[in-house]
Amino acid sequence: MAETILKARNLTKHFEITQSFFNLLLRKQKMVVKAVDGIDFEIHKKKSFALVGESGCGKTTVGKLIMKLLELTDGQLIMEGKDISNIKDTAKIKAYRRVTQMIYQDPFSSLDPRFKVFDILQEPMLIHDIGGDIEERRELVKRALEEVRLVPPEEFIDRYPHMLSGGQKQRVAIARALILKPDFIVADEPVSMLDVSVRAEILNLMKDLIDKEDLTYLYITHDISTTRFFSDEIGVMYLGDLVERGDVAKVLDTPLHPYTQALVTAVPEPKPERVGRIKDIPIKGEVPSGTNIPEGCRFHPRCPYAKKICKNKNPPEKFPLEDGHGAKCHFAGQIEYDKDRFIK
Amino acid sequence: MSKKTILEVKNLSTHYMTSKGDVRGLDDANFVLRKGESLGVAGESGCGKSTMAFSLLKQVQPPGKIVNGSIDLDGIEVTKLTEKQARKKIRWNKISMVFQGAMDILTPVYTVGQQMKEPLKYHKGIEGKEAKSICLEYLDLVDLDAEIFNRYPHELSGGQKQRVIIATALLLEPDVVILDEPTTALDVVVEARIMNDLKRLKKELDNSTIFITHDLSILAEVSDQLAIMYAGWIVEIGDALDIYHDPKHPYTEKLMAAIPTLHEDIDRLEYIPGAPPDLIRPPSGCRFHPRCHKAFDKCKEEVPKERMVDGVRVRCHLYPEE
Repeated sequence: MAETILKARNLTKHFEITQSFFNLLLRKQKMVVKAVDGIDFEIHKKKSFALVGESGCGKTTVGKLIMKLLELTDGQLIMEGKDISNIKDTAKIKAYRRVTQMIYQDPFSSLDPRFKVFDILQEPMLIHDIGGDIEERRELVKRALEEVRLVPPEEFIDRYPHMLSGGQKQRVAIARALILKPDFIVADEPVSMLDVSVRAEILNLMKDLIDKEDLTYLYITHDISTTRFFSDEIGVMYLGDLVERGDVAKVLDTPLHPYTQALVTAVPEPKPERVGRIKDIPIKGEVPSGTNIPEGCRFHPRCPYAKKICKNKNPPEKFPLEDGHGAKCHFAGQIEYDKDRFIK
Repeated sequence: MSKKTILEVKNLSTHYMTSKGDVRGLDDANFVLRKGESLGVAGESGCGKSTMAFSLLKQVQPPGKIVNGSIDLDGIEVTKLTEKQARKKIRWNKISMVFQGAMDILTPVYTVGQQMKEPLKYHKGIEGKEAKSICLEYLDLVDLDAEIFNRYPHELSGGQKQRVIIATALLLEPDVVILDEPTTALDVVVEARIMNDLKRLKKELDNSTIFITHDLSILAEVSDQLAIMYAGWIVEIGDALDIYHDPKHPYTEKLMAAIPTLHEDIDRLEYIPGAPPDLIRPPSGCRFHPRCHKAFDKCKEEVPKERMVDGVRVRCHLYPEE
């Protein structure tokens, strides 16, 4: 197995909800949203790790914790051998952000409309004191634009964001993340706002950069269909917990957790034999609130296979990995799964 | 072909008159929709999908205008209707639409029930208990509890709101329901459930639907007929299975190849280089030629007419004209 670049141990983030004055007087217990509730994972060097799940499952919070945009409530994050869980010193955080960068979901709002492409890409260099004078920075910006295939760079360098298409904007956002030569990139839904054809182009580009720039990705997405192509490993989150993890092909072809099984079945596939067919999606109801996480296995109220043990006992604390694939479920491996099951 | 034709669109063109020139949002669209059939419309953003939907409702916002063609909706010529007639005669009654981002359409200050009863009162004069019982029937149809009727929109989840909107669109039993990106903002599991509902409703109600989305993989599961749009044109239209098995237009071909697969390993995703053209000054000849991998000289010069190839109508010079 390749070298580990990022290690998360018992990663936890709880948000306290501000109480009303009335509740303060009554000394009611504070409500806590358990956005990320003690998860473990490793990301290997020059690999792409996908984090998938429905909205509100905590995947973006994990990304923000890694970026140090949020403070950890508990647990440990180790990046390239250094414990970064509690660094608070601005200088240290700044140094850390040179090696870890983020690409945001919405290129339409993540670029300042009053900055030209050059200014957008120059900004990180100014902050981190890279490139001696403006000429040198201009050269670096051009090189970064070439890297993301905005060619010829002269044509794009003096444009404003509104003069770019959605795909071009996202390339500028990628170039901005690359310009500091980071080792690790958190990509939070980088293609979900883009059209299918452009999406494919951007994913190809990002994948090429893994080898060219020695990059590692945490790819956060709700679109499982792109993970098979883009990622090597995948983690499935449900209500703040990682419920399944492993090699991307294994997880998608033989999912162990009932939640993953439902997710995979739910993905629409452009296969003619599926026309008009109604899918059997056995999970009931909707995701409960993060303030009120069910006892025992947190998935049990929606799980079609739930037994008594699921209500009372949380599935194994440690992640039971076998051949690098495992799920937090009492009955993992015992549930029959067929990806093509339909009602009619 | 025995089924009754509900909607027939001929040479429909809708342009937006802006100060920079006319934006040719939709040009020369032709299709026929029969009772109980569903038409899937796919294409990149800005290709004219939504413009087409708004034209069918006679609800194109200024500076947009239907400049040519006809829309025959069950004997009514839609393009000739005035705003007032369109509202009274066709909208909700004959044709209804679930808009993109429909979840935000519900008014926060009224309960679901109050909002659902509105079209019943306006179009059919049905009020009170009778209206309520009709609403409950449709809520049940989209798998929602009757208690939803008395709730306010903020108490519902995204998927529930989307279902309320779909139920409301079905209330007056319109012949045609247009769904514009009805599941885009939803999670996969919720999306799959709503798609299940839509498939079931289609069988139960036998209405015709036009399903608009940029996501071809969803369309694969619901459409009888498929229309692929590019830069204001319908470039390929025909039986959905035929098009999936054997896409004729180079654009369709590339679009299909760009869809990532879930159960097969792939090294590279196909994509279409370049960006869709400016519709004020579309490229000469075929609008797709600057991005087409099969383009030849004729494509630059001559606007391709629609032609039939193996039962599919294609707008491409690769195939001989009839």
